[in-house]
Amino acid sequence: MVSLDLLANAVVAGILLGGFYAAVSLGVSIAFGLLDVVNIAHPVFVILGSYAVYVTNTAFGLDPIVAGIVFTPVFYGIGVVVYRIYYVSFEKKGQESLRGLVFFFGVLFIVEVGLTLKYGVDYRLVEAQYIGESLRFGPVGIALRLLVPCVVAVLLTLVLYLYLAKTFVGRAIKAVSQDSLALRLMGADPVKVKDVAFGIAIATASLAGALLIMIGPVEPSMNREYIGRVFAVAVLGGMGSIGGTFLAAVIIGVAESLTSTFFGPSWAVAVSFGVLLLALAVRPAGLFGS
Amino acid sequence: MRGRTFGVVVIGMVLAGVLFTRLGANQYYYFAAYVILQYVVLATAWNILGGYTGYVNFGTAAFFALGAYTSVVLIKGFAAPLPVLLAAGAAVAGLLGLGIGYLTLRLRGVFFSIATLALAVVLQTMVINWDYVGGARGISVVRPGRLPFFGSYVEFLFAVMLLLAIFAIAVAWWIETSRIGRGLAAIRDNEEAAECMGVPTLRLKLIATTVSGSLMGVAGAPFPYYVTFVEPSSAFNLDYAVNSLAMPMIGGTTTWVGPVIGAILLGTTQQVATVTISSALNLLIVGIILVAFVILAPDGILGLVQRLKGGARA
Repeated sequence: MVSLDLLANAVVAGILLGGFYAAVSLGVSIAFGLLDVVNIAHPVFVILGSYAVYVTNTAFGLDPIVAGIVFTPVFYGIGVVVYRIYYVSFEKKGQESLRGLVFFFGVLFIVEVGLTLKYGVDYRLVEAQYIGESLRFGPVGIALRLLVPCVVAVLLTLVLYLYLAKTFVGRAIKAVSQDSLALRLMGADPVKVKDVAFGIAIATASLAGALLIMIGPVEPSMNREYIGRVFAVAVLGGMGSIGGTFLAAVIIGVAESLTSTFFGPSWAVAVSFGVLLLALAVRPAGLFGS
Repeated sequence: MRGRTFGVVVIGMVLAGVLFTRLGANQYYYFAAYVILQYVVLATAWNILGGYTGYVNFGTAAFFALGAYTSVVLIKGFAAPLPVLLAAGAAVAGLLGLGIGYLTLRLRGVFFSIATLALAVVLQTMVINWDYVGGARGISVVRPGRLPFFGSYVEFLFAVMLLLAIFAIAVAWWIETSRIGRGLAAIRDNEEAAECMGVPTLRLKLIATTVSGSLMGVAGAPFPYYVTFVEPSSAFNLDYAVNSLAMPMIGGTTTWVGPVIGAILLGTTQQVATVTISSALNLLIVGIILVAFVILAPDGILGLVQRLKGGARA
């Protein structure tokens, strides 16, 4: 007999978790969906974001979300540098499929091992006033450490959506994925547009990292369980569709939350993998792709 | 010409192996040599798919661990002998390769790569939740008793791994020189053109994934006897994934010699580095070397050598 309260709680937690997954996946959606750059190192940049927030939070008591926003320019810069190396070494020569992937894998590995060397494999967490609190609506409890990240993720999704739809550069980013030659004819340099787009993709990792360490303690090798998840979200969301990414993230969040409530938390990791394989086998264009 | 190099390498490896056991070296050297040979198998296996076909497998650890845990089940349940373990590890890991390949290889190659990355995490979760094979705590395995001809069981395992390495190289050499190899190279260079020319691309890719996967499984099959205590975090170690792709990338991916050079160089360096400096730092070095090589010397050491030769001729 499935308890209705348990179900309601699991669904609500899943929606909130899904919102947070959207924040982690948006960068992949932009890089993979719009720029065709298979950045498997994205989750490790999210972890890097978590550690940046952790350091400023423990040293100066800075609010995690403020810290996450403060670090976005730094991560934007990292993104531009990484994309430049990737472009000059692989994309320009048409070698992105094999060596480009290996390059990102190497980056993933270096950042992960570097963090392990510096901070060890201990779990790290941040402090903020609202992290322990929770709201209650009848039988359903909402922990603020899940609600705040979800709200921030919704805002981030909205900002990115409006940026891509309304601004000149945003539209150029969408255009570069469709027809970079036409973009060049319009007088815009596709490589510079991709610089900006990849910078933004990595900048979201800083904020997503802040949300991650707010939800729970973080340790360097955690990025690996997010790889399957973010790509499942990006594929299911229809590759580059911002709204689609958010919906796909919520679907996976709810599926995981239900799985961990009724089958045990250790099985939740397998959910996104199953979804990814299923999506690839049945509908590679995703739920919202054409 | 190539056939002769191949023969020389095989005879050299056998002689070196025999000499090694005759020297009556310190037991530690057998442990170290076993690891290096294991990497020769893994790197060669990775290269059959990655180097010949151009599809990146990030899930070496998953295939390796599948071989290891298949052995654990067979040892615990049936006290199966080593040859059975090797065959079973190869079969199960090969099937996994076939399955993953069938689901993802019809699409773009990146999906295969992403699926293999996620695969390791999922298999590890399943093993952690499976009490029969020890779950997260791990399980200890008792080695069979003393053997004739060999001073210790580790020496025997060393000999087994040497044979497996030669076998793996032979498979790679055979694929490379056969029609399959030419078909795979056509896929790597231009898949659409190959398809148009009538190359059965999907079937060839599936053969490559299956062979590559089963060789990785074979490499993992003797692992329980080697460590005698198998736990998920060591069997699914990310080191296997990064090393088995770094070694061919550093050696050179287009022929069977590349992974062997890479595995021996990088494997030996790591064995020395683990003893002299910390193992985490040593992994960081592997990562940096890997990135440096893909950016600066995309064709590996073999490519560098060829470039030097070409320069001398010009």
